[in-house]
Amino acid sequence: MMASSYNAKEEDGHHSGSVGPGGAGAVKSRKPDNTAFKQQRLPAWQPILTAGTVLPAFFVIGLIFIPIGIGLFVTSNNIKEFEIDYTGMDPDSPCNMCINSTTPCRCSIPFTLEQPFENNVFMYYGLSNFYQNHRRYVKSRDDSQLNGDKSSLLYPSKECEPYRTRNGLPVAPCGAIANSLFNDTLELIYYYPNKSSMSIPLVKTGIAWWTDTHVKFRNPGGNNNLTAAFKGTTKPENWQNPVYELDPTNPENNGFVNEDFIVWMRTAALPTFRKLYRIIQKKKDNLTPTLPPGNYTLEITYNYPVISFDGHKRMILSTISWMGGKNPFLGIAYITVGSVCFFLGVVLLIIHHKFGNRNNNADIPN
Amino acid sequence: PSVSFLSTSWSSRDEKRVDSRTIYVGHRQCPGTEAFIAPKFCDNRIVSSKYTVWNFLPKNLFEQFRRIANFYFLIIFLVQVIVDTPTSPVTSGLPLFFVITVTAIKQGYEDWLRHKADKEVNKYLVTVLEDGRRIRKESERIKVGDVVEVVEDETFPCDLILLQSSRDDDTCFVTTASLDGESNHKTHYTVPDTEKDLESLTATIECEQPQPDLYKYVSARHTLYSMSIVKWSLGPENLLLKGATLKNTKKIYGVAVYTGMETKMALNYQGKSQKRSAVEKSINAFLLVYLCILLSKALVCTTLKYVWQSRDGQDEPWYNQKTQKEKDAYKFLKMFTDFLSFMVLFNFIIPVSMYVTVEMQKFLGSFFITWDKDFFDPEIQEGALVNTSDLNEELGQVEYVFTDKTGTLTQNNMEFIECCIDGFQYKNRDSCSELDSFCVTDGPVSKLHEKAGREELFLRALCLCHTVQVKEAGDMETVSEDQIDGLLPPTEQQKECLFLDLYELLHVLNFDPVRRRMSVIVRSKAGETLLFCKGADSSIFPRVRSEEVDRIRVHVERNATEGYRTLCVAYKQLCTEEYVEVDAKLREARLALQDREEKLMAVYNQVETGMSLIGATAVEDRLQEEAAETMEALQEAGIKVWVLTGDKMETAKSTCYACRLFQRGTELLELTVRTLEDGGRKREERLHELLLEYHKKAVQDAPPAKLGVRSWVTASQEYGFIIDGATLSLVLNSSPEASSTRYKSLFLQICQNCTAVLCCRMAPLQKAQIVKMVKNSKGSPITLSIGDGANDVSMILEAHVGIGIKGKEGRQAVRNSDYAIPKLKHLKKLLLAHGHLYYVRIAHLVQYFFYKNLCFILPQFLYQFFCGYSQQPLYDAAYLTMYNICFTSMPILAYSLLEQHIAIESLMDTNATLRWGPFLYWTTLGIFHGLLFFFGVRCLFSNPALQDNGQVFGNWSYGTIVFTVLVFTVTLKLALDTRHWTWINHLVIWGSLAFYVFFSFFWGGIIWPFLQQQRLYFVFANMLSSVSAWLVIILLILLSLLPEILVLVLRKPRGPHRRQVRKAHNHVVPFCL
Repeated sequence: MMASSYNAKEEDGHHSGSVGPGGAGAVKSRKPDNTAFKQQRLPAWQPILTAGTVLPAFFVIGLIFIPIGIGLFVTSNNIKEFEIDYTGMDPDSPCNMCINSTTPCRCSIPFTLEQPFENNVFMYYGLSNFYQNHRRYVKSRDDSQLNGDKSSLLYPSKECEPYRTRNGLPVAPCGAIANSLFNDTLELIYYYPNKSSMSIPLVKTGIAWWTDTHVKFRNPGGNNNLTAAFKGTTKPENWQNPVYELDPTNPENNGFVNEDFIVWMRTAALPTFRKLYRIIQKKKDNLTPTLPPGNYTLEITYNYPVISFDGHKRMILSTISWMGGKNPFLGIAYITVGSVCFFLGVVLLIIHHKFGNRNNNADIPN
Repeated sequence: PSVSFLSTSWSSRDEKRVDSRTIYVGHRQCPGTEAFIAPKFCDNRIVSSKYTVWNFLPKNLFEQFRRIANFYFLIIFLVQVIVDTPTSPVTSGLPLFFVITVTAIKQGYEDWLRHKADKEVNKYLVTVLEDGRRIRKESERIKVGDVVEVVEDETFPCDLILLQSSRDDDTCFVTTASLDGESNHKTHYTVPDTEKDLESLTATIECEQPQPDLYKYVSARHTLYSMSIVKWSLGPENLLLKGATLKNTKKIYGVAVYTGMETKMALNYQGKSQKRSAVEKSINAFLLVYLCILLSKALVCTTLKYVWQSRDGQDEPWYNQKTQKEKDAYKFLKMFTDFLSFMVLFNFIIPVSMYVTVEMQKFLGSFFITWDKDFFDPEIQEGALVNTSDLNEELGQVEYVFTDKTGTLTQNNMEFIECCIDGFQYKNRDSCSELDSFCVTDGPVSKLHEKAGREELFLRALCLCHTVQVKEAGDMETVSEDQIDGLLPPTEQQKECLFLDLYELLHVLNFDPVRRRMSVIVRSKAGETLLFCKGADSSIFPRVRSEEVDRIRVHVERNATEGYRTLCVAYKQLCTEEYVEVDAKLREARLALQDREEKLMAVYNQVETGMSLIGATAVEDRLQEEAAETMEALQEAGIKVWVLTGDKMETAKSTCYACRLFQRGTELLELTVRTLEDGGRKREERLHELLLEYHKKAVQDAPPAKLGVRSWVTASQEYGFIIDGATLSLVLNSSPEASSTRYKSLFLQICQNCTAVLCCRMAPLQKAQIVKMVKNSKGSPITLSIGDGANDVSMILEAHVGIGIKGKEGRQAVRNSDYAIPKLKHLKKLLLAHGHLYYVRIAHLVQYFFYKNLCFILPQFLYQFFCGYSQQPLYDAAYLTMYNICFTSMPILAYSLLEQHIAIESLMDTNATLRWGPFLYWTTLGIFHGLLFFFGVRCLFSNPALQDNGQVFGNWSYGTIVFTVLVFTVTLKLALDTRHWTWINHLVIWGSLAFYVFFSFFWGGIIWPFLQQQRLYFVFANMLSSVSAWLVIILLILLSLLPEILVLVLRKPRGPHRRQVRKAHNHVVPFCL
């Protein structure tokens, strides 16, 4: 890639001759040490970037990046993604009735999948214009409370204000993030061609980082008898159930280690975001796709108000590849950069050929 | 009588009491002064330390926070503590604490060393005579008025007036090596009348208040002699300075006059003005730009925040309620705290660590100068000395070099060449220097005997007119006090004892640079009183009979053009009446307390008239080793060399030719007293005329010099300019102010277009004046003064960089210089290699710092647009804190110490002046990188499901990816700029990156106890488990460095291949500041 000249500058060894008159070891000579470091003569590698040396690099980069880019692009295109906005802003939308309802409201939106979804299918909910990255919001949590610290459970951090105490009792979990936990329930119903229907099994675990569920988030006093452990605390204001009853079906998935809760607690980077909601596991037989094409209904328990801040709610079904979800950016970027490098390589080659000889001549006197 | 005297004395001195102090020798008051109040003087404790244990903390902190930068960071820190800010106070408090602590430790250690040294001095036991007993006392307890005994080879514990010496002739010898580096022995005299019995001595000393000048001392002593007052004058020859050492004298007694902090030594070690480098000034300018960027960023964010909040439901959505306190806050106060918060969030754009790194770079960098063995001179067994490390880079920007001639360009090693007695020339036959080796080369041999009388007189004059002291015992270790005497051939020295017996020394009329001559008055055995005078021709000729002058002038002028130093010798016989008058006048002048110098001068001038000229000597002062090569190299590098000398024009001119400052083709423009008097008109008119003429020649007719094209272009005529002191003062101090400034600008313009300028017959102050004039001229060029003697100190202090040569004329110049080198030839490497390297290094260092912090903070700024202007930091607090301290600081420090963008041997070039262009380039680069980092990751996060298990990344992952790209990019950018990869560079660059990765794992690998937030728990590890994150990191790093690589390739390659070409073309290094 680079032409280099290894320039170990000659060191003239140890001078013994010129110590000076009378300085035969008796007087410590003030002569500076003749070491390579002190004389700034450390052997050094001096890379020289010239057109001739960088040219191959450009071609190599181009040749590596373009295939990677194409691979990424193809992979991204092969990922199937389906998205429904169920906010209900449109008066025709089935969920329009739920917008102003104060009680839990159910609505269902039918949709059709044109293509089969193979392998594991991931179900996300997406929110827009929801500032999970607002500073006041991000810091409104108490990580030691969430880590099972008993004193923090009863005396939550000041950062949780104004969601720290309610009715004189400490809030568990405290803070704005926990209080605004996403509480819509989404269910999928598949209509067989023969009109019979089946509720698609949605797996609630494996949606949060392993380290979060196992280390970062812990229940006070272990997972048994959560009711007693959370005694003396109160549930956040907006919650319907206390934290130890988040998942009635799986006792292991309750308290602070509830995965829906953990996913929500990882604050999103941008105001429009998606979070993993459920996993639809592939069929055991591997013969039929996880989600065959056909008619489906999204059953929604509409609780979460977003209209007040112009927000939108989406449900996203997506397959996943080795690079994650669908995102054409990387593929395009790689192809572009690879092509630019290749192009530059060609241009440099031309320049080098046409004008390079002159430069070389100038170098020859060396 | 004593009473009356004292009363008159007091009344006459009342108004001057502030100017003088009275000391009672041995604390014995004069009888009859009952109302005697013991005057209060400070004790003899030397306190060079700045702090005590008690005041160290507050005083040191105060000193440190007086620096603008530290104060700024303190303010930021306080804002963080008081206001609810996005980043914890630790992020800026820790670096600040680090900086302050390191500086405090350094200063504390230095102070501890000073304390130790002080203690050693203060606890030293000395012998004091008290009430007739000899008492051993600690040095710090000496009081003014104590009589102190000092034995041979001891140093004086305070400033003493010599009372009694063990030597018969009432003298003692001292060496002031530790004060001014002059190792020769100097004679000091006792007060002539002192009683042998010190216990019964009753005397007072009136002396001036302490002042730092080592060579000036005026006082008078009143001795009570059996009830009558005798008054004596005391001068510097009676004063023994603290720090000097007694030599060749068994013991002396002296009375302490100045003690402790009032000694001349202590006064001299105080307050040397700090020179600030031009780079530091430009750093401040850049800082101002960045401060504006910072303020405008904060302002933009605050404005947009309130615009954004005014929309419905954005300020306080249901999921993110404000606390009661926030709701109650007054709106404008809220706006202000928001503004402060943004300031705090973006304050990293002005890095604390830059100051630390710059300081460290300068401090460590200066070691390379002292370590350089090329600066080692085997003769004096010393290398270079760095007194100020602040100016390393200034060395590389020097545009004007002002050099002294004697001792700097020349060796100041006088070699006798020839002499001329009454117009006959005598030459020294090289090896043998016996008296009879003088042979007459012109003039008839037969006349030799007739001339013998004159010859003898001439030699006598030379032998007598000096201040050589002969050490009595054994070896002829004679050390001359004034340098002009280097011409004494050894034989004469041997004969001198003989002469000393024959003559009695009456008066010495000391040498001084204004009179430029010295005289002695002696009385021979025969009873004749003679005055011998020697000095520069210009100062002797007007004082002798003119018919004698003509015979010798030819020789003197011929010798001068050959580059020899000439010295004229004259004598005068004084009849008894004359002598008595002179004697009285001299004594009177010496006794004067006020204006003694002026009075003495007047008497000297009066005495030294009507002499008859005996002859002249010529002494060669050989050029320094490689003086010509050095000058040539400097000129080739585009540096203008000005020679400022006190010597006469002809001598100086010939030296300039010898140094190749003037070439054969150089047209000389002379502006001297001689040329002014040519026209026979008024001097001013002629001056004006000449100035205009030269201006036309050198400035107007010269082809317009293009920027960057140097004067080495051979096609055009080269000019040299010569001016002398008298004319210069005419130019500078012309009576109408307007014409003076016009002359000045004309003069400057001419000088700037000349390759070399020679200013001769300069007084020391005029040298400084010239330096100041050039320093303040248009474009404020960087100036450098180099000299070796006390007369160069003023210009050394005046110039941006002062360089002292460890020469023969003592250590005055070295002490006042910023850098000291043993020989002139070392200047070449100092300027062209070290100076240039440091300039390139520090320029890169500063620019790089601004760049890396700009692209560090820009993403954070951009993030505000996506987080509702809520001051949410993009990076974790640990990253914010460590970025400048750990992750990116070492590579640039190593770079700035080790970089050699081209090899030292081939450095020929200087003067890439400080420019805004490269600054703009770096700023643009920083902005480009910042935008790229942020939006690259932004595009990736349009779908935050980046792992192959479908899980999503949050805001801390976002920040960590940006930060990783950032750390790698800025480090690799530096790696691209590094032209000189030593193992240290490798270690530090790759080590920093490895440390970043290691630290991130560590920081995210543990649930940290005592921390409120565990934001980064496993964020880094999860990031690395995502292929997309890897891909985007690689892509962004490559993309940000691509333009850089392109620029590097498309630019003409630099490196070993190009050395030869560079040498020839001497072009400006691009992108260096």
